[in-house]
Amino acid sequence: MLWACLLLPHLALDTVLRRHPSPEEPLALVGGPRPRRVLSAVNEAAAARGLHRGQPVAAAEALCEGVRLVDDDPARLARARDFLAAWTYRYSSQVSTALPGAVLLEVQGSLGLFGPWPRFEAALREELQALGFRHRIALAPSAVGAAVLAAHQDGLAVTSHEALRRALASVPVARARLPGGVAPALSRMAVRTLGQVFALPRAALGKRHGVELLDHLDRLLGQAPEVLPLYQPPDVFDAKIELNYDVESSQALLFPLRRLTADLAAYLAGRDGGVARFVLRLGHEDRPDTEVVVGLLAPERQPGTLFELARGRLERVAVSAPVRTLRLVARELPPFVPAARELFEARPQQAVEWPALRERLRARLGNESVYGLDPVADHRPERSFKRRDGVAEPAPPAVCGPRPTWLLHRPVPLRDPAPRLLAGPERIETGWWDGGDVQRDYYVVETSRGQRAWAFCAPGERGPFMLHGWFA
Amino acid sequence: MGALVSLDTLLADRRLWRGQPTARPASVEPTGHAALDAALPAGGWPESALVEVLLPADGLGELRLVLPTLARHTGAGRDIALVAPPYVPNPLAWRAAGVDTARLHLVSADARDALWATEQCLRAGCLSAVLCWPQKADDRALRRLQVAAESGQALVFAFRDARAAAQPSPAALRLQLAPGQLQVLKCRGGLAPAQPVPFPLH
Repeated sequence: MLWACLLLPHLALDTVLRRHPSPEEPLALVGGPRPRRVLSAVNEAAAARGLHRGQPVAAAEALCEGVRLVDDDPARLARARDFLAAWTYRYSSQVSTALPGAVLLEVQGSLGLFGPWPRFEAALREELQALGFRHRIALAPSAVGAAVLAAHQDGLAVTSHEALRRALASVPVARARLPGGVAPALSRMAVRTLGQVFALPRAALGKRHGVELLDHLDRLLGQAPEVLPLYQPPDVFDAKIELNYDVESSQALLFPLRRLTADLAAYLAGRDGGVARFVLRLGHEDRPDTEVVVGLLAPERQPGTLFELARGRLERVAVSAPVRTLRLVARELPPFVPAARELFEARPQQAVEWPALRERLRARLGNESVYGLDPVADHRPERSFKRRDGVAEPAPPAVCGPRPTWLLHRPVPLRDPAPRLLAGPERIETGWWDGGDVQRDYYVVETSRGQRAWAFCAPGERGPFMLHGWFA
Repeated sequence: MGALVSLDTLLADRRLWRGQPTARPASVEPTGHAALDAALPAGGWPESALVEVLLPADGLGELRLVLPTLARHTGAGRDIALVAPPYVPNPLAWRAAGVDTARLHLVSADARDALWATEQCLRAGCLSAVLCWPQKADDRALRRLQVAAESGQALVFAFRDARAAAQPSPAALRLQLAPGQLQVLKCRGGLAPAQPVPFPLH
């Protein structure tokens, strides 16, 4: 294992400065409890005016009029760390932000792609520079060792354990990230550098300063395994494309949309998942965003399908103002289970699976437009079926008399001068307990045009008839 | 030199009429009604084609005509779709007729989108039969359905008003329904029988 440490000594300040319009003006970060707030970091311009870390806010304002004071925000710091971890993740699958102010990445496996190390390091430095983070980089066979070396000497790269021991020998104990209280105790014993610590008898060192010190030294030298919490990419896909011009037609949005859906598909393939629902946000100049929700019944991850679906929804949206930004947010990312198919299946060439066809129809006709019907055990005809959007469930059989194949959405008067009664009556009298009270006598009726109808009338009467279905 | 046409394919194709009667091969798409099967030249529905059913009124047995076919298709594990049906298909009765309602999909669409949806369903190739009720379909729209049915290898039934009988139609089979009988108006691969086919109401 080879660990590279990107040490960010001014992370909190850089996080503010990199987004600041004029970073050359005096600026200071303020931290500490409310009544006694002190400066926690200052930029170069502020330092030149005499401001320094730990100074009370009142003193700083007296020294330098017009200094910009920014609150120290832990959440902002955490976001910056996550951002750096996500950025580093493209170079290595093992990234950790466990050590404060540092990003660690395992590079042994990445050297084949980005190496050799000097070139890899130059690329890292160039990108960090462009991102606006001051940094120190070191390479070592152990993670803590790399972090300690980065703080000691920028650009140091050691690849063997012996070289690591030699390089660490000159590091002062105060900078070796030793467990709490050990470093002052060692310096009181006139032990100034790690080299002197390594020379001390191990057993005595452990007895005097505790096992934690021995563990730490072992991990420093790469002799004990290191357990670091590794960075996991977030479970949300959020990508945005800024358009350089106002877009007024949905046709012109198709190209950025294709890029976004392709990115989403690549992201989904990387985490072996699918997407069940995503939102397209069309950003306008000075209006709230237009949201286009693309919902799917089954997880999907084919770039072509995702693009077609998003396009179908987008083309139906009336956008009120020119579009400046296009953003795609996907939060529901369930596991993707590819449909099992037969190896030798005789199918037409351009065959589309039913789920894909269903999504295509829903995209144009509306979310509610494709469904199935399941029977329900209820004698009232209007309640004897229910919509099904997903998988059918086994339904109870509950038939007594003849039932028509067509049911009218609601009964209408049967307009026929002389209907002929073929069967009936079948009395349906139920529902008094749930408010849908029904008392009807149903007949099978033949109309004068030869149609078979299912009609009802009030109990005990022979008309007028209400038509409720056709025996088609 | 014209294109060489294999004699076998020509004979297998029912478009060629031979002088002497031959044993008819079993149809792959039987209608489930013996009298109708006997009257049709293919011995059943034409394969991957448009079947037009003309009705003077609802409730004359138009579903009973196709339910055996739908039951056979769903029983074989194929999906079917109803695009913009005029009424609610009663799942109890359809189940009693042998149709697996889990494989029955309904698509609601207005008149303008219904033809588009039907064509999509047909071209997709994952549905074996599609039922549609085109309101104002000219012969171009019907031809599109016919071509889509061929490319998706699906059977499509179009139920239309009997007034459309006078219009020309590209359908492979046209049936007119009347109380108690069926008239074959046009059938590909043979002459339409002059006598109506009995189609008892129940």
